[in-house]
Amino acid sequence: MTYETIMAGFGGQGLLFSGKVLAHAALLENKELSWLPSYGPEMRGGTCNCSVIISDEPVGSPIIAHPNVLMVMNEPSLDKFEDTVAPGGTIFVDSALIGRKVRRTDVEVVYIPATKMATEMEAKSLANMIILGAIVEKLRCVDPDKIEQALRETISARKANLLDLNLKAVAAGRAFIRG
Amino acid sequence: MSTKVLMKGNEAIAEAAIRCGCRHYFGYPITPQTEIAAYMSKRMPKIGGTFLQAESEIAAINMVYGCASTGRRAMTSSSSPGISLKAEGMSYLAGADLPALIVNVQRGGPGLGGIQPSQSDYFFMTRGPGHGDFHIIVLAPATVQEMADMTRLAFELGEKYRMPAMLLADGTMGQMMEPVVLPEDTVDPETIPATKPWATTGTQMKRPHNIVNSLYLKPDELEKTNYERFERYAKLEKEECRWEEYLMDDAEVCVVSVGITARVAKNAIVAARKEGIKVGMIRPITLYPFPKAALAKAAAKVKSFLTVELNMGQMNEDVKLAINCSKPVNMCNRVGGMIPSADEVLAAIRKEAK
Amino acid sequence: MAIVFQKPKALTDAVLHYCPGCTHGIVHRLVAEAIDELGIEGRTIGIAPVGCSVMAYDYFRCDMIEASHGRAPAVATGVKRSMPDNIVFTYQGDGDLASIGLCETVSTACRGENITIIFINNAIYGMTGGQMAPTSLIGQVTQTSPYGRDPKTQGMPIRICELLASLDAPAYLERVAVNSVAHVRQAKKAILKAFRNQVEGKGFSLVEVVSTCPTNWGLTPDKACQFVEEKMIPFYPLGCYKDRTAEEAK
Repeated sequence: MTYETIMAGFGGQGLLFSGKVLAHAALLENKELSWLPSYGPEMRGGTCNCSVIISDEPVGSPIIAHPNVLMVMNEPSLDKFEDTVAPGGTIFVDSALIGRKVRRTDVEVVYIPATKMATEMEAKSLANMIILGAIVEKLRCVDPDKIEQALRETISARKANLLDLNLKAVAAGRAFIRG
Repeated sequence: MSTKVLMKGNEAIAEAAIRCGCRHYFGYPITPQTEIAAYMSKRMPKIGGTFLQAESEIAAINMVYGCASTGRRAMTSSSSPGISLKAEGMSYLAGADLPALIVNVQRGGPGLGGIQPSQSDYFFMTRGPGHGDFHIIVLAPATVQEMADMTRLAFELGEKYRMPAMLLADGTMGQMMEPVVLPEDTVDPETIPATKPWATTGTQMKRPHNIVNSLYLKPDELEKTNYERFERYAKLEKEECRWEEYLMDDAEVCVVSVGITARVAKNAIVAARKEGIKVGMIRPITLYPFPKAALAKAAAKVKSFLTVELNMGQMNEDVKLAINCSKPVNMCNRVGGMIPSADEVLAAIRKEAK
Repeated sequence: MAIVFQKPKALTDAVLHYCPGCTHGIVHRLVAEAIDELGIEGRTIGIAPVGCSVMAYDYFRCDMIEASHGRAPAVATGVKRSMPDNIVFTYQGDGDLASIGLCETVSTACRGENITIIFINNAIYGMTGGQMAPTSLIGQVTQTSPYGRDPKTQGMPIRICELLASLDAPAYLERVAVNSVAHVRQAKKAILKAFRNQVEGKGFSLVEVVSTCPTNWGLTPDKACQFVEEKMIPFYPLGCYKDRTAEEAK
């Protein structure tokens, strides 16, 4: 199975980071993978996305044309990527930030009010990690239990004090899926 | 056992360079390669090396020239517009027969162009990037692993043939992360200058003075240095061509592509094979020297060639030259920072197979 | 028989290619004497520029590198950062240092690189046959200022020592001349000091030498020395423009 994931939203929402954590978890499982960011002149705001491919086979192109996993954290990103999702794929929508519903009927959709949940648990900037938790719990593209180690090894020294909060956010996302 | 780590292509180059004994990096910020400078600025001070943010690309390549003159493994990195500024320095490095590593993480041009991936410096790099008759070694990595491995290869080939060597990547290769096994840290930087008797390390009053120079006012002498240099190039062309063949055994269509487009093309080839199209790929790894013989050999078997590239058809010309135009050489390309999708490449392959 | 006069050891036996009356020979000698006196020939690396002194690599006995036009300070930086214990000097003319290489000059000074720069200011491009230099005087007739340098269209001459003196990093900046015995003696002191500073790790030192170009000035050697005295020095006053080593000694 090959998981082709696009994570998209505004710059500053931590999309590149959640992608890195996912990629790192795949590395820990010795899977083949690639992580490719969009890069542009803007550092904050603007649109931003990253592509993560996890596979048992060597990764060909790191560029994803038809993701089978899409995580969106703003409406422009849903507009941009909705039609590209492969039939049967899964879309994770931050329903606290995106008012509209997904129009496609041939994909599975998970609406998760991640930004609202994050605010309630006083982890406002960690909606990305909540959705990541939901993705791994639902799809098992990597062993969800590997996320903790991946986070430990990926988080920068500057933000190391936020590790526990990150872990809590991932756990909240997983719990959301388990219901 | 070496462990896999997750790194950006740009960072893999920087770490690999350090592990190959490079202790001197001179650079100037430009997207999309700045991670190399950032990485070096963090690491070099901790291992007694030099990271210097130069006042310009021109100064940076000339600092490399000075450092390389002393026999050290020196490097600089930039992206297309910055590489234009380094052209003069590359010519002087070649003229003085100095090995050095230059990394070009290409972006779209001409002019200020854009910051998205491109392969449009192909001609500029492979024809000898600067004034005068010369070449530099040009290596084209297609994975983060190759970014690391070819950093070592570039230093080694450069020293073996006494010429500058370039890693020619594109923005995607620089920015993407993949698992990579870094080269063993086995090179002692202190031992490298001793292997270069021509280096200007000070005479210690024990030998005649060494001169690093590219000026020959007597035309017959200058001609002689050119001939000698091209004899080395001939040896390089004979012995150091590298390429990868993919599903070429029964191929009737031969895709030729490097770097990121080779990876997109691989996806398209897999899809085409499922449709029963006999298509394979030759991926040049050395762009100078260009693997002409491998292409000529393929030309005897295949019906046509298809280059997939991020420029207006630069490598396409090299393929035509390599096979002496004996078969059609068509092209699937995007420019300006756009990358053809696997679907676009697949459509082009289908057209070839008709 | 007692030896009363001798070529410095740091100069090779190569015959200088400079024109009769050109002061490059004097300055080469002063540099070589400094190298001899400090006993640093074996660990000195010199950088030759593009210009008349391009072939300086044949004249100095230490290891030499020929740089591209204007980039000698960058090349010197690369050498010095590779071998901090070696002595690195550049020898540059006015076109090289003050025009095409001005950015490298200022930036290297700004970093306070522990190197020595010998700057030959003769207000003209000599090697290419006498074109206007950044330091050409107002009204000076050259091949590319045939009606005399006009500040309105060709700008004003640049004073390098004064310019660099505005920076915090340089250790030592002095302007000297070699048009008279007294001036040569002063120049020798300055050049020796500029090298000694580097040996002692004191930082960036530059000595500007107001020099002659009899051929392209169209003057006899003695008239050229007179031109230095009467025209050049009034615009380019001799003296020390910065000496942090003296301040530190206080």
